[in-house]
Formats: sequence, C-alpha cells, structure tokens
Amino acid sequence: MVDERKRLKSFEQTVLPHLDAAYNLARWLAGNDHDAQDVTQEASLRAFRFFGNFRGENSRAWLLAIVRNTFYTWLRKNRPPEIAGELDDEALVVEDASVGAEILSSKFADADAVRHAIETLPVEFREIVVLREMEGFSYKEIADLADVPIGTVMSRLARARRLLQKKLAGEFKRGGQP
Amino acid sequence: MNCQQAGLLIDSYADGELDAAGILELEKHLRECPACAHALQNLKGLKKAVTQDPLFFAAPAELRLKLKAGLHSQIASNPMQSLWNWNWLTAAASAVAVVCFALWLAAVLTRSSAQQQLTREIVSSHVRSLMANHELDVASSDQHTVKPWFDGKLDFSPPVTDLAKQEFPLIGGRLDYLGNRPVAALVFHRNKHVINLFIWPATQSDQKPVTSGSIQGYNLVHWSETGMTFWAVSDVNETELMEFSRDFVSATAKAPAGR
Repeated sequence: MVDERKRLKSFEQTVLPHLDAAYNLARWLAGNDHDAQDVTQEASLRAFRFFGNFRGENSRAWLLAIVRNTFYTWLRKNRPPEIAGELDDEALVVEDASVGAEILSSKFADADAVRHAIETLPVEFREIVVLREMEGFSYKEIADLADVPIGTVMSRLARARRLLQKKLAGEFKRGGQP
Repeated sequence: MNCQQAGLLIDSYADGELDAAGILELEKHLRECPACAHALQNLKGLKKAVTQDPLFFAAPAELRLKLKAGLHSQIASNPMQSLWNWNWLTAAASAVAVVCFALWLAAVLTRSSAQQQLTREIVSSHVRSLMANHELDVASSDQHTVKPWFDGKLDFSPPVTDLAKQEFPLIGGRLDYLGNRPVAALVFHRNKHVINLFIWPATQSDQKPVTSGSIQGYNLVHWSETGMTFWAVSDVNETELMEFSRDFVSATAKAPAGR
C-alpha cells in the first residue's frame, strides 16, 4: 500500500528544492511571470504524478525536462505562431566572432541589455542558453533533457552566443530576428 | 589548426567540454592567433554576463503557496489515496464488524448453550420421572383436580386441560425443578408413551410451538403462551408431539388458564 504522504514528503525534499530553477526556465521560456507560474505549477504537479517513475539520478534535470515539455504543450495551445515553423539550425549563419571587445565589455555588465538580448533569442536558443549557462548542465545532459542530438546542442549554443554578441554590439543585420 | 576550425572548438573549450587532444591543439592556435584569443575573451565575458545574478528569476512565494495547495489537493483527490483511505475505513469497519459479530456470536452461543442445558435438564427430568416411578404427585385425569393441587406449591397457576378426546389423556401432575426454579409438570399418555409437559412463567413473548430437535431419542417441542413457557418432551415421534402441542394450545385457548 503506497503512502501518499510519504511520497509527497520525498517529492518535497528531492524535487522542490529545484523550484527556483524550474521557475527560472519557465520564466525565460514563457517571457512573463503569469505564464511562467502557470507552466511551473502544471509541470510540478505533473512531476509529482510521475514521481514514481523517477529513479533518482538528477532530480533537477528531470524536473526541468518536465517544465520544458509542459511549456511546449502550453505554447502550442496558447501561442501557435511562435513555433509555427521548425527552427532551421542552418538559417542563422554565424560569422566572425571577433566583435569589438570594448563595446561588448560595457554591454556585458548591463543586466537589462543582456536580459533583453536573451529575451529576443528564438525560444530554442533561449532554452539552450538557460540550461547551459544558468543551470550549468553539460552538453550531454542538455541533449537528454531537450531530446536533441549533442551536435544540435553544440551548434545551437554557438549560434545563440554569436547572436547575443551581435545583439549586444547593436548589430541586428543578420540572425533572422525582426 | 586554422581560425575556422578554432571557431568550432572555442565554445566547447570555454564550456570545459573539449577533449584533451582538442584542448592542446586549440591552445596552440590561441597562442598564435590574437583574433581567436580575443574571441575567447569575448565568449568568457558573455558567459559571465548571462550568469549575473539579476538575470535569475526566483520562484515567487505566491507560486510556492499555490503549488503546496495543489500538491495536497492532488493527494486528497488521488484515487490511490482514496483507495488507501477506503481501505483504512474498511479495515476499521471490519474490525467493528468482527467485534460485533463476536459479541453476537457469544450471546447466541451463551443463549443456545443455556437452552441446550435446559433441554438436557428437561430430558433428564423426563427420564427420571419414568425410571424412579415418580411420574405423578397427583394422579388424576380430571383437570379440576390437578390444577388446584398446584395451588400453594407454586408461585404461578399453570393451565391444565385433559386431551383425552385428542387421544392424549391427562394422567396427572407433579412438581419438578428446572432451570433453578420449581415448575409444573403435567403428564399425558399417548398409547403407552408418556408425555411430560413442563410449565413455568415465561420470560419471553408468545411463541408458537417449535420443535427443539431430539436428545437421546426424546423429542422436544416448546412454545410460550399467555405468559407461560411450555416444554413438551416424549419418546413419541415429532409429528405426534407437535400435534399434542397444538392440541394443548387450542384447548387452553378455548378454556382460559384462569381459575
């Protein structure tokens, strides 16, 4: 006989410490607090329902994978245009990475500018940046979490970074962004 | 390694995901190529920029409260949980039922064992009356002789009737002792068979004659009527004893037990 209260306690101890990470990802993906809360709430309840399947390897990655899936389900329902087309990984050709260091270093310190730059990245790039830089997941972990090949993780990450650098340098000539 | 190749490895290098051979080759190139070294510095600056504290969103307290409520309500509405609760309720109910059943069974067993003891006493008394030739204290087929004879000997007045017409002639009566109390015993005959009818005040409501089975070859029928309990015992067969009982009931109903 399953003791549900024990299960909830265990869930609260192993999964809920990552609620900040879950919300952070949802917040970056959804773009606003209200939707991020909805996604995080839904994802956490789902996680609790599936908690029996969790085998205790990396509870943070496990929770964030559910947040990510929940977000895309939510996105299809609420904002279909945003994922109207599959992201063409080759569309964003990244050129020379050597942007003027002087310009960039001043922008790097400007949190609002960096935030805006990340926010305007395509969602598939945004999530890789959050997972890699903010959450510190390895390429392999991100590949598992996002269910894409490692090569795709690497190329998206590289392109996301070049886009960020360009955005921060005020160069929006290329990169597929309006 | 040229700059293009270096450009492909620089992210992995900055992320600590480049293998040892790649690191050696890239670092060699970086020492030789200021542009790529500069790109690496930019990349490191960017990595630092996107991990600055103001960019992290902490879960609002409001969300934590909502989630806590959501999780607890999910527990409450979870079918497994209801099943669990249901099981506990069932277990508790079962326990109560078992106790109730045990008490009931004990009561029934006590009662039935009390009744068994009574029937044994009745049969013993019947057999004794036959063996010791102590069938009668008052030998009379006349109910008007037998009935007054009990007066003063018992604290109740048993109904007495002759059933000669029904071929159960009254032979007489005697005092006996059953269930820790003095009782009236009426003796009837059926051919050569003796029927003892024991009578004492009833502790239960009226009940039609029912057979109580047979003990040591003697049949028993008992009933309650007009505040008296009647036990008939005899070696006549059950059908005849039932017949006797019904005859006695209808005869005493026609001729009320009162004086």
